[in-house]
Amino acid sequence: MDTTYDPALAGEGADDGQPLLYPRIDCRDVSVFYSGKQAVFDVSLPVFDRSVTALIGPSGCGKSTFLRCLNRMNDTIDGAKVTGEIFMDGENINSSHIDPVLLRSRVGMVFQKPNPFPKSIYDNIAYGPRIHGLVDDRQELDAIVEKSLRRAGLWEEVKDRLGQPGTSLSGGQQQRLCIARAIAVRPEVILMDEPCSSLDPIATARIEELIDELRKRYCIVIVTHSMQQAARVSQRTAFFHLGHLVEMGDTDQIFTSPRERRTEDYITGRFG
Amino acid sequence: MNNAQDNPFRSEKALKRLRRRRNADMRFQGYGIVALGFALFALVFLISAIAWKASGASTYHVIRVDLELSPQTILPEGDASPEEITRNIEGFYSLVRNDLLTRFPEANETVQSKRAFSSLIDRMAVLPLAREVADEPHLIGQTTSVDVPLSDDVDMFLKGAAPRAIFLRVGEASSPMRNAEEGDFKIEVDRLNKVSAKIAAIGQHGAEPTVLLVADKSVGRIKSMEDGDVILEILTGRQDQFDGASVKAVIIPSPEDQRSVSDQQIAWALALKAEGVIKRVPHFSLLTHTDSTYPELAGALAALVGSLLTMLVTAAVSIPMGIFAAIFLEEFAPKNRLTQIIEVNINNLAAVPSIVFGLLGATLLLGTFGLPRSAPLVGGLVLALLILPVVIIAARAALRAVPPSIRSGALAVGASRMQAVFHHVLPLALPGMLTGAILGMARALGETAPLLLIGMVAFVAEVPSSTTDEATALPVLIYSWASNAERAWEPMTAAVIVILLAILVLMNLAVVLLRRKFERRW
Ligand SMILES: Nc1ncnc2c1ncn2[C@@H]1O[C@H](COP(=O)(O)OP(=O)(O)O)[C@@H](O)[C@H]1O
Ligand SMILES: [Mg+2]
Repeated sequence: MDTTYDPALAGEGADDGQPLLYPRIDCRDVSVFYSGKQAVFDVSLPVFDRSVTALIGPSGCGKSTFLRCLNRMNDTIDGAKVTGEIFMDGENINSSHIDPVLLRSRVGMVFQKPNPFPKSIYDNIAYGPRIHGLVDDRQELDAIVEKSLRRAGLWEEVKDRLGQPGTSLSGGQQQRLCIARAIAVRPEVILMDEPCSSLDPIATARIEELIDELRKRYCIVIVTHSMQQAARVSQRTAFFHLGHLVEMGDTDQIFTSPRERRTEDYITGRFG
Repeated sequence: MNNAQDNPFRSEKALKRLRRRRNADMRFQGYGIVALGFALFALVFLISAIAWKASGASTYHVIRVDLELSPQTILPEGDASPEEITRNIEGFYSLVRNDLLTRFPEANETVQSKRAFSSLIDRMAVLPLAREVADEPHLIGQTTSVDVPLSDDVDMFLKGAAPRAIFLRVGEASSPMRNAEEGDFKIEVDRLNKVSAKIAAIGQHGAEPTVLLVADKSVGRIKSMEDGDVILEILTGRQDQFDGASVKAVIIPSPEDQRSVSDQQIAWALALKAEGVIKRVPHFSLLTHTDSTYPELAGALAALVGSLLTMLVTAAVSIPMGIFAAIFLEEFAPKNRLTQIIEVNINNLAAVPSIVFGLLGATLLLGTFGLPRSAPLVGGLVLALLILPVVIIAARAALRAVPPSIRSGALAVGASRMQAVFHHVLPLALPGMLTGAILGMARALGETAPLLLIGMVAFVAEVPSSTTDEATALPVLIYSWASNAERAWEPMTAAVIVILLAILVLMNLAVVLLRRKFERRW
């Protein structure tokens, strides 16, 4: 299997639908402390490109905390400290000489609650490309906005009202707007923290379809509390418990023949 | 379950508890309504009392005369420079006075009578006229109609404020008969009993009240009266005007030596009023004149401009400083011991009495830095310091009201912290910040104590044109006018209070509109 990485393909890669089984991000012994209290314990986890990795586990087990390590969002939390190494393109992105602003333009994030900016739909998408200087003129920007909205499956619904505030959309549309906003800065990795937990089943189904579509181009890590969702959308699953990574593997394998007792208990609903 | 005692809806105990709770509810609401009612009553009372007082200053009496601006009087030296013209107050004054004197031969008789007549109008009242002529010299030699304010004592009398006077219509008078004494005459008046009744109703304060009879442009003082027979001493005008004329009586209970206007002056004023020379006009000069020692000439313009300049300095310093301090503390500063101490102190600073800031300004700004006294610059800086804590606290609250998800959203697309704040958080927080700033400014506008300490209490006759000119402010003007003894200052003071209140209401209106326009949009 080809494990060299071609940046030109990042986010724009060939749409061959096949998971690329080389680690896009490789975490080694990652621990997170909140004001000295440890929340994540020595997690080592490779995240593969062109696939969806689901992080599952009971509430409070450190899924979100771990996810935030991947784009250094923990930096914005007072008292949070991350140790260990997280490699991306051979660089340890957890070291101080990596600028988190640069990192976040390559690792996008979608939050639990849709959080569009209280600006127009257009400006929501255009903001990222503008601040990163990805475009030279209005036409290019229009193109990016359209492409991002198309990829997020929102274009047909909003193309006639790009000037309206993003907050005027429905919850599901807002979440797809946030996904489009993340896509617009041409990231290679997209992190999603329970992106459907505030949505109704129909909106959830649309987002899940979208994730399946996006995985052909991006490396996606999704936190979910729904095992069905993990089973439906992910190729790889990692099970967290009390801050420890208990087990990880192909989703099929985790759900059909978990190696660990705790995983089995959780999947069969004996706790969680 | 048929037993009423067991039914949770019906049981005695449950009902009793319910009743007690309902009573407590009612009581609490009652207290609330009483408290609110009292506050509302106090407010309405206060506002209407001030407005009522101020209404006395909304109009004033002027003498409208047609003057021939003869060069001989205005330019005695023949020099038509603006300075010379404005310096020649006496010339303009004599023009006005002599025009009026032609109507009243009795005023010309003695030096005293001439002086008494002159004090119907204060000398400085012609200053605006002099200035106008200085600005437009082509008026010299022409005849113009000018309004000259009446002296405040006479104005107060005509408004019925002080000395208090009672006006009665007493019907027709008979033709006058010569009396034994020189200058007196005797008439019969229809309903003189009305006057006696009124006098009786007022009661005696020792001295007899003055009673004047007015017929057309003639005024007489009653020397004695007996069943409709009146012995009248003419003060101005002619006897024959009482012949068959309908007569008005003016009863002035306070004795002549205890008031600032004499019977004779009142007579002249009444005659001028009857002739239509004295007119009651809107008191615009309250807004267009600067301070003066004569109430009828004083205006709040200098203080208004002084307040405006002061507020400009205050806004220019406190709003950016407060907003940036708030942004730094809220969004960037590490949460450690030092920032905690700073926070606590900002909150404490908001409770420091304003006069302390005045002292600070006096010693530091005037003393150490040697800034000019009485200047809006210094006043503005002191007030800026005074409201800075308020502005910071409001701005921080506005920043905290912006949901963190907006910040995370911006950071997640790769915005720096600075970009997240300035592109997303600040625009959302700005209306709230400005609301706080305007409320702070409103507080600064009403502050008096710190301004007293830095000398902004000076008498200012010139409209300040820059922030380093000598100036005063509206609340200080209210303070100094309120400490004047003359009655005429009372309505003037109330009027300035109304101006100040109007500005404050406007500022609060701006706050409401800002809030309306930028209701939370997330
Ligand atoms: N900002 C924070 N400050 C302190 N402790 C936190 C913070 N966020 C999360 N934690 C703690 O870290 C642990 C993991 O939380 P989290 O990652 O949110 O769990 P999950 O997303 O799996 O539900 C929890 O015990 C939680 O209390
Ligand atoms: Mg979580």
